[in-house]
Amino acid sequence: MEAGTNGAPTSSRVVHVEVNGERHEREVDARRLLVHFLRDELDLTGTHVGCDTGNCGACTVHLDGEAVKSCMLLAVQADGTTITTVEGLEEDGRLHPLQQAFSDHHALQCGYCTPGMLMSAKYLLDNNPEPTEAEIRKALQGNICRCTGYVNIIEAVAAAAKGEVSA
Amino acid sequence: MLLREVAYARPRTLEAAVRLLGEHEDARALAGGQSLTNAMKQRVGSPAVLVDLAELAELRRIDRAADGSLELGAMATYAQIVLSPEVSSTHPILAEVAHQIADVQVRNRGTIGGNVCWNDPTNHFPPLLAALEARMTITGPNGEREVGYDEFFVGVFMTAAGPGELLTKITVPAPGACGSAFASVPIGKDGTCIVNAAACVDGGAPRIAIGCVAGVPERATGMEQALAGGDLSPERVREAARGLGQALDPPSDVHASAEYRRHLAEVLAVRATLQAAGRAA
Repeated sequence: MEAGTNGAPTSSRVVHVEVNGERHEREVDARRLLVHFLRDELDLTGTHVGCDTGNCGACTVHLDGEAVKSCMLLAVQADGTTITTVEGLEEDGRLHPLQQAFSDHHALQCGYCTPGMLMSAKYLLDNNPEPTEAEIRKALQGNICRCTGYVNIIEAVAAAAKGEVSA
Repeated sequence: MLLREVAYARPRTLEAAVRLLGEHEDARALAGGQSLTNAMKQRVGSPAVLVDLAELAELRRIDRAADGSLELGAMATYAQIVLSPEVSSTHPILAEVAHQIADVQVRNRGTIGGNVCWNDPTNHFPPLLAALEARMTITGPNGEREVGYDEFFVGVFMTAAGPGELLTKITVPAPGACGSAFASVPIGKDGTCIVNAAACVDGGAPRIAIGCVAGVPERATGMEQALAGGDLSPERVREAARGLGQALDPPSDVHASAEYRRHLAEVLAVRATLQAAGRAA
């Protein structure tokens, strides 16, 4: 899809995106952040707005396979891309192994950071299926858990990487 | 957060991007957006027009030129720099430093061009590119011009790329037998730097630059001259750094006093120089 044009700047734009396998076409204000587009226009409220300053990572999604913070991106910038949100992790009603591992290891308390943690962890395992603990910590650096449940989160990611999750 | 209303264009060619930047008052180039979006949220910057550079594939290239220099397109992301074989075979220090900026999500979007054009004094790349004596190519309505890093960095949040112009390429000279290093004291691991220093040692005199102490990266010329043409023993390097801090006029803020930044400047200049010397050997 050709997303570029040499034409004049506009304050809104028709955006084509594929989110969790489903295609969408919407006219969007240029000032709209991707996270608000996902939550308010597409009703995908699994992606959370945390700090809204690019620090906490609760809004992490995959854009063309790369983990990004959706509060640090305009929806119009995502035109022509393929997006995966936390809702796209489960398959046929079954939790993704990372989600199951988070449940097994009590890797969430209030749960607010969980969607972002899962998407960052998924990005890590997509690119590095057998991470060391140090690599897991580095990969989750952009995600803040204010319940400070980091130890269990790291254990959950390690377990998912080893395939050690309950059925 | 709802941003102020803004118009958006995503040109397909560099010529169109430069034309759009020149045609519209208060137009800003949008690269990775990892600083600009926050500035727009905080209303410290509210451009009327954003010219998104995402379609300009030529600005994402990382090439090794015939003379051995490394050419980095302004839109090369930190993640790209971390993984680039051209970077690791010429100036691995660029990958090492890119890997310690913020976090993986930011590294997937943030670009080296955005980093230097934003020219936040706490950024990593300005002092490193000063020590490596990089040159910047700026494209405007009248074509290209190339400036040295010392001309490019003008002041806090200011560079030589003026309205209607675009930084398109950063050229890092061939490494030769150069060893390079970067040292910093950040706020938390891989956080914003309180003070940072970069050094490049290539036979003769080392080149040393300090960041976070002024609006532009400061070359430690006194220390460089004191070390010209001799061995780089720890004692000699420490001696050469003495007084470096007193020549600087860094800011005081909630993270560090000016006096502490002067102290860190000396410590980090020594650390970076010794590590660079070890790598050059």
